[in-house]
Amino acid sequence: MNSQTEISKQIRMRAQNVDVFYGDKQALKKINLDIAANQVTALIGPSGCGKSTFLRCLNRMNDTIDSCKVSGDVSLDQRDIYSKDVDVVELRARIGMVFQKPNPFPKSIYDNVAYGPRIHGLTNNRHELDIIVEQSLLRAGLFDEVSDRLNSPGTSLSGGQQQRLCIARAIAISPEVILMDEPCSALDPIATAKVEELIDELKDHYTIVIVTHNMQQAARVSQYTAFFHLGEIIEFAETEKIFTNPVEKRTQDYITGRFG
Amino acid sequence: MQLTILIITTLILCAIGFFVGRRRAVSISRQKTKKLHSMPNFHGSYVAMWCAIPAFIIIVLWLALEQQILNALLLAHFGSSIADLDSVQIELLINDVKNIASGSSFGRGKSSDILLNAADHYESLQLTFRASVLAAGLSFSIASFLWAWKRISPTLKARNYVEFAVKVFLFICSTIAIITTVGIVLSVLFESIRFFGQISFWDFLFGSHWSPQTAIRDDQVGSSGSFGAIPLFTGTLTITIVAMLVALPIGLFSAIYMAEFASPRFRKTVKPILEILAGIPTVVYGFFAVLTIAPAIRGFGTELGLTVASESALAAGIVMGIMIIPFVSSLSDDAIVAVPKSLREGSLALGSTHSETIKKVVIPAALPGIVAACLLAISRAIGETMIVVMAAGLAANLTANPLNSVTTVTVQIVTLLVGDQEFDSAKTLAAFALGLVLFVSTLGLNIVALYVSRRYREQYD
Ligand SMILES: Nc1ncnc2c1ncn2[C@@H]1O[C@H](COP(=O)(O)OP(=O)(O)OP(=O)(O)O)[C@@H](O)[C@H]1O
Ligand SMILES: [Mg+2]
Repeated sequence: MNSQTEISKQIRMRAQNVDVFYGDKQALKKINLDIAANQVTALIGPSGCGKSTFLRCLNRMNDTIDSCKVSGDVSLDQRDIYSKDVDVVELRARIGMVFQKPNPFPKSIYDNVAYGPRIHGLTNNRHELDIIVEQSLLRAGLFDEVSDRLNSPGTSLSGGQQQRLCIARAIAISPEVILMDEPCSALDPIATAKVEELIDELKDHYTIVIVTHNMQQAARVSQYTAFFHLGEIIEFAETEKIFTNPVEKRTQDYITGRFG
Repeated sequence: MQLTILIITTLILCAIGFFVGRRRAVSISRQKTKKLHSMPNFHGSYVAMWCAIPAFIIIVLWLALEQQILNALLLAHFGSSIADLDSVQIELLINDVKNIASGSSFGRGKSSDILLNAADHYESLQLTFRASVLAAGLSFSIASFLWAWKRISPTLKARNYVEFAVKVFLFICSTIAIITTVGIVLSVLFESIRFFGQISFWDFLFGSHWSPQTAIRDDQVGSSGSFGAIPLFTGTLTITIVAMLVALPIGLFSAIYMAEFASPRFRKTVKPILEILAGIPTVVYGFFAVLTIAPAIRGFGTELGLTVASESALAAGIVMGIMIIPFVSSLSDDAIVAVPKSLREGSLALGSTHSETIKKVVIPAALPGIVAACLLAISRAIGETMIVVMAAGLAANLTANPLNSVTTVTVQIVTLLVGDQEFDSAKTLAAFALGLVLFVSTLGLNIVALYVSRRYREQYD
């Protein structure tokens, strides 16, 4: 197991000995992973290996699934996020998430982005809110396409636009960490390129964890890569190292497309 | 009698036809080397089908035309002796003859010879007619049976014919409900038009005084009747509003609890129970209204120094609301559960609480379904009769005060049509006009509800 690779950068999140069960079925086994601040960490691995499950541990989204039991330590800035005195709601405000399938609310584009800031009372007046909405849409690379129809429903956008809307919605509350679960799986190459560009920019301000099935994407956008297989981390290292010189044979086989 | 014989023989013929047709198909397929186009069973069904169709047509024609034909023949029998009678008198005459013929008239002894004669003639006419129809039906059936039987051959596309016939049959069944509804609507409509011939449409729709009692005989003391339906509309409205004020919040909140907070086990037990509640006969709710709620409201009102009628809109409305709760909660629950999980997760992941998520994402997303549920509930409340008869009284007061006794459209329809009726007095016809109003308004509500819930479905598919 090579998951204890030393990270030279500052560490923002750390998972230690994380086990996850769905009922009796173990989905993750003894996961250890460090997530570097202001870097992009990619999670790769064959379908069903537990990438989404791990991602959802990081913002306690698994709490919403009754049968799901998480044990082990997950910390954000050295504080255990599963300890009793942590407020889940506040935690999720600090750790944003973009889902695999775009899920805009059935509200206007503006209200979709303004949802978070309104809930958390981030603004004092409409003008400040306008600025946040515009900024978020700009950074998500969507503003030019929707600036003239902010009041039309978010669900009326194309799939790729919806996904960028969801990204805008996530960054509108300025989270410290952004978790992305296959954000480009529903997108065409052009939209994918836009999102990748966005991820690259975002990493200056945010810490990003991204799940992807696309090896090129992992290689392009991430600095660190973890390879999951059957609920375990087989290998974790700098992306460059994983893709050029993996230690494990299984990693090599997966990356070169020999299984998965 | 003859009809029964015809039906039974046709059924027997069909059964025979099936087996004979099948046998023939089997034996043909044995003799010849050529393959049958259809399986033997289809050939059997084909023959059976051809037995049934002529008989069916004859039966339908028989039922539809027997009276007209017999009446025409009877009139021909009277000949020129009735030339100067008008249509009403002719109708009476025919009725007399029929009554004597069927033996239900007390006056056989007293009736004139002409009538007795005619009655005997009518009886013989009927007998001949039925016998000939029976004979015609049977011979048609047998003829087409033989024809179909002869046609059986390897190339006969029996399967296609049979399946087409099945399709037509199913189509007829599916249209029966619609045709019946159209029939009901038309009959209500025509009676209403007759009513509006006597009472002006505007007086009915906008008149504020309702007292439908009319004198039956000219020398009777009695009002000439007044048909302003506004008090009925306001009464219906008051009770419906009270009912919705009870049903909407309770139904909606219980739906939210069941869909969002309750454990799956609680939900699995409580939801069916609620749906069973929807099946309690409304009369039983009526008892509850009369015996429990009305006295309680009265007592409470007296404590507060209010005068409460012993039969009040409030009592009826509250009980009606209780009756609709299961309806509202069950439909709203479905709408809330149908909101995709991904929307909830999206909201939770932005750091909103469970209740914020419900308030700002789940309910707005489920709103069309909830609105549709409410509209359906309202149309049930408007159409509900029994509770109001029992608990709200009959007095057509024009009032907005729910503590008074009021009456509703449905209740008045009932009272207008209970007891002895003349079917052409304004009083009786008024019931049809009210029925029409009721029909149009609930139809409108249901259409809106359907439209709203359709749009809602489009959103997530
Ligand atoms: N809600 C759930 N209830 C029960 N089992 C679950 C649930 N969600 C996931 N699992 C199981 O946990 C395992 C890991 O699932 P997970 O969704 O994390 O896979 P993944 O790596 O994200 O796969 P993919 O690439 O297909 O998205 C799978 O075997 C899956 O069957
Ligand atoms: Mg996944």
